[in-house]
Amino acid sequence: MARNSAFRLTFWKLVFLLLMAGGLYATFIRFTQGLGASTHLSDQFPWGIWISFDVLCGVMLAAGGFTLTAAVHILNIKRLHSIIRPTILTAFLGYILVCAALMYDLGKPYNIWHPLIMRNPHSVMFEVAYCVMLYTSVLALEFSPIVLEHFKLEKPLKFVRRILIPLVILGVILSTLHQSSLGTLYLIVPEKLHPFWYSPLLPVFFFLSAIAVGLAMTIFESSMSSKHFGVHLELPVLQELGRVLVVVLGVYGILRFEDLANRGALKLAFHPGYETYLFWLEISLAIILPLLLLMQRRVRSSPNGLYFAAVLVVLGFITNRMNVSITGFEGSTGVRYFPKWTELAVTGMIIAIGFALFGLAVKYLPIFPREEVIPEQLQESESDAPVGSPVLEHAGD
Amino acid sequence: MSKALLYDSTVCIGCKQCEQACAAQNDLSYDDGIAGEEYQSAHKLTCVLTRGDKFMRRLCMNCEDPSCASVCPVGALKKTAMGPVTYDPSRCMGCRYCMVACPFSVPKYEWGKLFPKVQKCVMCPDRVAQGKQTACAEICPTGATKFGERDDLVAEARQRIHDNPGKYVDHIYGLEEVGGTSVLLLSAVPFETFGYRTDISKDPMPMLTYRVLSHIPDFVPLGGMVLGGVWWITHRREEVALAEAREAKTDKKNGGKR
Repeated sequence: MARNSAFRLTFWKLVFLLLMAGGLYATFIRFTQGLGASTHLSDQFPWGIWISFDVLCGVMLAAGGFTLTAAVHILNIKRLHSIIRPTILTAFLGYILVCAALMYDLGKPYNIWHPLIMRNPHSVMFEVAYCVMLYTSVLALEFSPIVLEHFKLEKPLKFVRRILIPLVILGVILSTLHQSSLGTLYLIVPEKLHPFWYSPLLPVFFFLSAIAVGLAMTIFESSMSSKHFGVHLELPVLQELGRVLVVVLGVYGILRFEDLANRGALKLAFHPGYETYLFWLEISLAIILPLLLLMQRRVRSSPNGLYFAAVLVVLGFITNRMNVSITGFEGSTGVRYFPKWTELAVTGMIIAIGFALFGLAVKYLPIFPREEVIPEQLQESESDAPVGSPVLEHAGD
Repeated sequence: MSKALLYDSTVCIGCKQCEQACAAQNDLSYDDGIAGEEYQSAHKLTCVLTRGDKFMRRLCMNCEDPSCASVCPVGALKKTAMGPVTYDPSRCMGCRYCMVACPFSVPKYEWGKLFPKVQKCVMCPDRVAQGKQTACAEICPTGATKFGERDDLVAEARQRIHDNPGKYVDHIYGLEEVGGTSVLLLSAVPFETFGYRTDISKDPMPMLTYRVLSHIPDFVPLGGMVLGGVWWITHRREEVALAEAREAKTDKKNGGKR
């Protein structure tokens, strides 16, 4: 690799620089002129895209972290070990960016620490604040072995490995709580949210869809990394995730339609209208199309098929979160909300930073398995010479 | 013991003196332009609506069990024993969940300010604590807005409906809505005319979220135990497999009887 290649302006670097420039200008407007000048938010529509996308979708897209750590460390599915580091990296970056986005959205961001000392245990927002704070710390610790290993810091590394299992359990509990609580947030507005999206089961839906998106994002990242960073694609592992995804989507889809039918909202789905179109867009992208695709062995065994299905699931549940938090309120408030350019610019910048940090981490840290630790070899060594096999020692990340 | 406001729209003459008194009480500016605005905002905490020859006030209902106070993560909004639902801007971090959650969409935001506050009618808590009426009730020339004990005002509202058949819609708005509010309304025309929802729940809203939240203290130790248990089982299997393999190997070394 030539040294001067770092300075060559590639297409993606140009895109990154443009997004950063736009985002920084929007940041300037936000923090010098306030929310009114930098958003299309209003008294009728107090939550916009910074909550819908940056926070609700951000947390959902980072759900691979707890799903995969639970599968590998709790359920002891070793085959998935090779993709756990990129997933933890995504989750960690995701939560940092969610916190960054909150600083834009909060009216008084310098008071963001207030929930620490001013407690209201009746507030879902309070619970979400605590869980997100604690889980970001857990993710930092789960991520730390990668950095500690890189700098050969043996003592702290040993310590983190020792507390790893309790840490993973704590992470899974915290994630279960706040992923579902983001749905619980909306339980208090039964008469404001459209019946397509208001349901007593919102916490369950948010939790199940977080698992589905966690799996889909893991497939997405692995495929992206193999395309752009030249990382070896763990196809059999991804196929397995694809099968689990079918089950999760199936359960979610059945629950969702049973719930719609029980509440008598299903008949609304056949009245043409703004909400109906967005409802079917969501259902097709998130449930129907991916299920049709992933149920075929031909699709599951092709890297592109898996990739495409995963992208559909991700887009589908992004549509879901936007519908719950924006579309569903437009009827009762009588206001159409579309984000201002500044809101989009900040969101664009945050996404760009996410991709850039992921790329940098992959380049400079041991995120993807090097040749000597791929699980195939572990299995080989198990069958060959099980004595003193490094399997147990290896559980450190 | 808890105070309330009774607004009888049939007595109201639409003079808007309550709007003016409210603005003065809350250090907000008031002029003809603002008087013409028929909606609540960060600079207008109560407004008198006009529909033909009928009037109706809008203000914070100061619910008995308010959604806003329940959802506020930092306890900036609080229901006081005297009746008012108060707001402490020094606690607020500006998440605006109160605005989303309020069933009457009352809290408003100072969007134009760099250090914004939530604004809503807080039922003059300082005056009420001193045993005085709210500013709007004190100024009202016709007694359309009346301040008093909630129980007394409910009885009086019932009496007025009973004594004047046909004059009122047979409904005291705020008596049962979302579990009751500290503002009670009487009207000659359906409340929907003025944008008041009558399909609203009779149960307090905060239970909707607290029903779920209250399970968390049970869930945490239970979840930890289950996950720990699963980890124990899945890893025990592996240890057993390893130990057996090790035994098999030593057996082989010692002569290979198996």
